[in-house]
Amino acid sequence: MKFDLQKWINEGRLKSPWVVHFNCGSCNGCDIEILDCLTPVHDVERFGIINVGNPKQADVLLVSGTVNHRNKTALKNIYDQMQHPKAVIAIGSCGLSGGIFYDAYNVVGGVDKVIPVDVYVPGCPPKPEQIIDAVLVALGKLKASLEKSDEAPGQETAPAAGEQPAA
Amino acid sequence: MTRSIIPFGPQHPVLPEPLHLKLTVEDETVVEAIPALGYVHRGLEGLAQRRDYHQMIYVVERVCGICSCIHAMCYCNAIEKLMGLEVPRRAKYLRVIWSELHRVHSHLLWLGLFADAFGFESLFMNLWKIRERVMDINEATAGNRVIVSTNIIGGVRRDISEDWLKQILKDITEIEQQLKPMFDVMTNDYTIKKRTVGKGVLSKELCHQLGAAGPTLRGSGWAQDVRQLKYEAFDELDFEPVVEYDGDCYSRNKVRFRETFQSLEIVRQAINRIPSGELAVKPKGNPDGEIAFRVEQPRGELFYYVKCNGGKNPERVRIRTPTFANIPPLLAMLPGAQLADVPVLALSIDPCISCTER
Repeated sequence: MKFDLQKWINEGRLKSPWVVHFNCGSCNGCDIEILDCLTPVHDVERFGIINVGNPKQADVLLVSGTVNHRNKTALKNIYDQMQHPKAVIAIGSCGLSGGIFYDAYNVVGGVDKVIPVDVYVPGCPPKPEQIIDAVLVALGKLKASLEKSDEAPGQETAPAAGEQPAA
Repeated sequence: MTRSIIPFGPQHPVLPEPLHLKLTVEDETVVEAIPALGYVHRGLEGLAQRRDYHQMIYVVERVCGICSCIHAMCYCNAIEKLMGLEVPRRAKYLRVIWSELHRVHSHLLWLGLFADAFGFESLFMNLWKIRERVMDINEATAGNRVIVSTNIIGGVRRDISEDWLKQILKDITEIEQQLKPMFDVMTNDYTIKKRTVGKGVLSKELCHQLGAAGPTLRGSGWAQDVRQLKYEAFDELDFEPVVEYDGDCYSRNKVRFRETFQSLEIVRQAINRIPSGELAVKPKGNPDGEIAFRVEQPRGELFYYVKCNGGKNPERVRIRTPTFANIPPLLAMLPGAQLADVPVLALSIDPCISCTER
């Protein structure tokens, strides 16, 4: 059997997804729940999930909080620095739609106004179990997109949703 | 010597929050630090004109998720004073219990992050494991782990049953026992001392001039704690402000650890002395007039100014948070520090950026 390098890399990617976390105007409620996932009680390392600081090394981007006019460029930057294939998870009511701050003057809205989002996690804040589940759901989506790109070689995995930069 | 500018943040592994400092460095020494704020600004105070004063409680709770209960308590106190409501004693005690539990989990969170900042991973894990017990108490008594939403105008939303009060007593005794060995590590460990003793020193005078608040102020020898103003049920509870005198990272660290024990003790006292009775009084009409109220947050003095005009919305809600007061001391201690110490120094004021920028 021929050794398939790409298949080997893909398996590695799915086995141990590295996540990077960006606080995008959150009240810290979601952030401390994300950090909670890393600690002994929930311990996401048993799934091979490691929190890294560098977006270039990460497969999954966790975004918490509303997007505002100042940090939308920072969020876009971090997303652009990540390598394909990548998944984005919006965490908490604010990340979904703006939440309780939907009509505040400096709020653009949910994360999907700036970058495409794969998994939405509702809750204010969501429980750590929900966040772990979301990462696993995102892995499923990554797997599907990897298999798709295997069938049509040479094509870069494109983001699923259309990018709509906010005005 | 050549100067270069290094950005610290807004996305940085050590901070869960987008604090952005522009650091001018000469070789490895920081010469100047310029903060760039506004990454978390949502325009929360502006929402006061669009929400009625009951809905505003849920907005101010989301100023900061870590000390949400204390924000709501301060806002409710201000409105209650305007309306002349007498909150039942039991409600006051319940507010104290929840707010002190918030202080415990906030301090444990900070101590864990601080350990992580100088690379003490196992201490971080251990402290967060203990903190999980507090979160479980929150979930069991209020229904949510982080944002408990127990305060309403005139009292509290729900009661804690006698069984649960007994259970909390048992839990906090266990938390104390588990924390004691951690306190020894935090205060005696060689590595921690190397990273914290004599780092980021703020003298007593400088601290006062720059208007520091909370543990940053108490770490420099000022015995100032807003809980001494005897709001809520603090008039019937015994405690002394925790003070350390060296003004360095080690002192601030020690203040927070000792305050964790103090808060657990306050919870124990409150549970032992809690009276029975009503949970809330019903507010009538709309508040009118203006008022300022302050409480002690885990990070220091929290100040609310509320102006109402008799309508159903507050006219203005102004919030001054402790991290805002603690940023000038941070900028004063950064010049002269080594670049590798910047995460430790930045964390030593316990920055809460979402509070500061709202």
